[in-house]
Amino acid sequence: MTADTTKAASRVEVCIVACAEAFRHDQDMLCNPIGNVPMIGGRLARATFAPDLVYTDAVSVLVAGEYPVGVPDAPKTVESYTPYRTVFDIVWSGRRHVLMGASQIDQWGNQNIAAIGGWDKPKAQLLGLRGAPGNLVNHPTSYWVPQHTTRSFVQKVDVVSGPGYDRMREVGAPANKFHEVCRVISNLGVFDFDTPDRRMRIRSLHPGVTLEEVRDNTAFDLAIDKTAIDETARLPESRLPTDEELLLIREVLDPNGLRDRELPS
Amino acid sequence: MSRDKRMTEEEIIGELRSGMTIGIGGWGSRRKPMSLVRALLRSDICDLTVVAYGGPDIGLLCATGKVKKAIYGFVSLDSIPLEPHFRQARQSGAIEVMELDEGAFYLGLLAAAHRMPFYPTRAGLGSDMMAMNPELRTITSPYDDGETLVAMPAFELDAAFIHMNRADTSGNGQFLGPDLYFDDLFAMAAKKTYMSTEKIIPTEDFLTQGPPHTLRISRIFVDGVVEAPQGAHFCECPPDYERDEAFQRMYAATAKDGDAWEEFRGRFLEVASHEEYLKAVAAYEAEIQG
Repeated sequence: MTADTTKAASRVEVCIVACAEAFRHDQDMLCNPIGNVPMIGGRLARATFAPDLVYTDAVSVLVAGEYPVGVPDAPKTVESYTPYRTVFDIVWSGRRHVLMGASQIDQWGNQNIAAIGGWDKPKAQLLGLRGAPGNLVNHPTSYWVPQHTTRSFVQKVDVVSGPGYDRMREVGAPANKFHEVCRVISNLGVFDFDTPDRRMRIRSLHPGVTLEEVRDNTAFDLAIDKTAIDETARLPESRLPTDEELLLIREVLDPNGLRDRELPS
Repeated sequence: MSRDKRMTEEEIIGELRSGMTIGIGGWGSRRKPMSLVRALLRSDICDLTVVAYGGPDIGLLCATGKVKKAIYGFVSLDSIPLEPHFRQARQSGAIEVMELDEGAFYLGLLAAAHRMPFYPTRAGLGSDMMAMNPELRTITSPYDDGETLVAMPAFELDAAFIHMNRADTSGNGQFLGPDLYFDDLFAMAAKKTYMSTEKIIPTEDFLTQGPPHTLRISRIFVDGVVEAPQGAHFCECPPDYERDEAFQRMYAATAKDGDAWEEFRGRFLEVASHEEYLKAVAAYEAEIQG
């Protein structure tokens, strides 16, 4: 193991830490990140500040310990059996936090992974609704968008796979009681919905990203919490990985550098 | 001694009719009853409604024009996230669809298995699942909460296909891989269930293969059994075999290349039987390795 931890953290490593942070308070919850960067983030959270997360191998078991992404044969300690049927049971129990992708997302957190150009005869069929409708009405959900552009952060999504705050307001109580969109993590920053009307807000910008860059790449107005802005009039910056975190990312969790394929540095 | 339910693929397909609704077990590109699907492709049956956690079953049925309507939680090849032949059928508007939340799909199967008209769920509230499927209805809880829920309707399956690692001649099935998926529910939900298996073994040998909890398909729910070694190819069927990723990639690439698709069809689908298919695959594998 010769990973160079003196090399400064890359953008994707900042994103991994932001993904990990989304799981910080999830004790005894099924941590279910989808995609390499979210998975490295989930494993990082459990290896450091959230040891009581429960983690799936994405096939049929829950696994303890730390092991690398993209290495199917890596030794694992199996701690429970969770075939897909059990995963749905856990979804409906609420004891799960999913961090999944979004081809499109809007200011209320509506997510589309289903299709571009409507569903009747889509211009581009994407993954489909998958588990998004059930996830959103049952347990906390966060999103990872590796390419933050006006094509992904859109005014209106073409299909609502995972409903956001405006849709769930229409549904109303009590059916909306378990709905929570926690974080949106992109290659430019971290966003949340901690605003009076649950509109998307800038939580932090990744080091080196300007407010102008984010605005230019977002098709809607992002809320800014004025009280979070410091005396230099700068928005909060996403935190850098600690030395321990960098070592874990580079040597233990992603020794083959899959993170760089998802977000080239 | 309970009756012998062995049938050939052709006899099984002979019991089906155009316009039927067929459920298919497995999950994505995992333990799919592909020898039965390919036998269906060889028949003149059409206008099918297929119900599945879809993979190459739905893809091939779409590509050969067998599908009127697909009902699914997703259609994926796992290592290729979206089934490319299904993608093409969607984008050309060739098929009707009922696209559902993956969990709601499970409840459609469960309701059918239990002979209930529907099961309630929150999945679908707020999303476009309801608008995409205007036939879906909601129901109000009769209790004090008064909550409005989606009434996920039961799937009415005329027949179901499932593939098991082991089976006996009476129709008991055994899965030895990581997940049963929802195959027991497909078997319970359908009027007729046909099971292919890697290997037919004597009933008394089941426990030499795995513990009792791997015996999840009971002959109560099975009407026909066919032995089909490599019957899930090119899907995975562990522990018997892994997915044939090279073959799957080749299959996937034919979605964007009409000539390649015609060649695939001639070589691997227009064959007389499952045995002939396996010979064609072996010849192809020898070719790409040679």
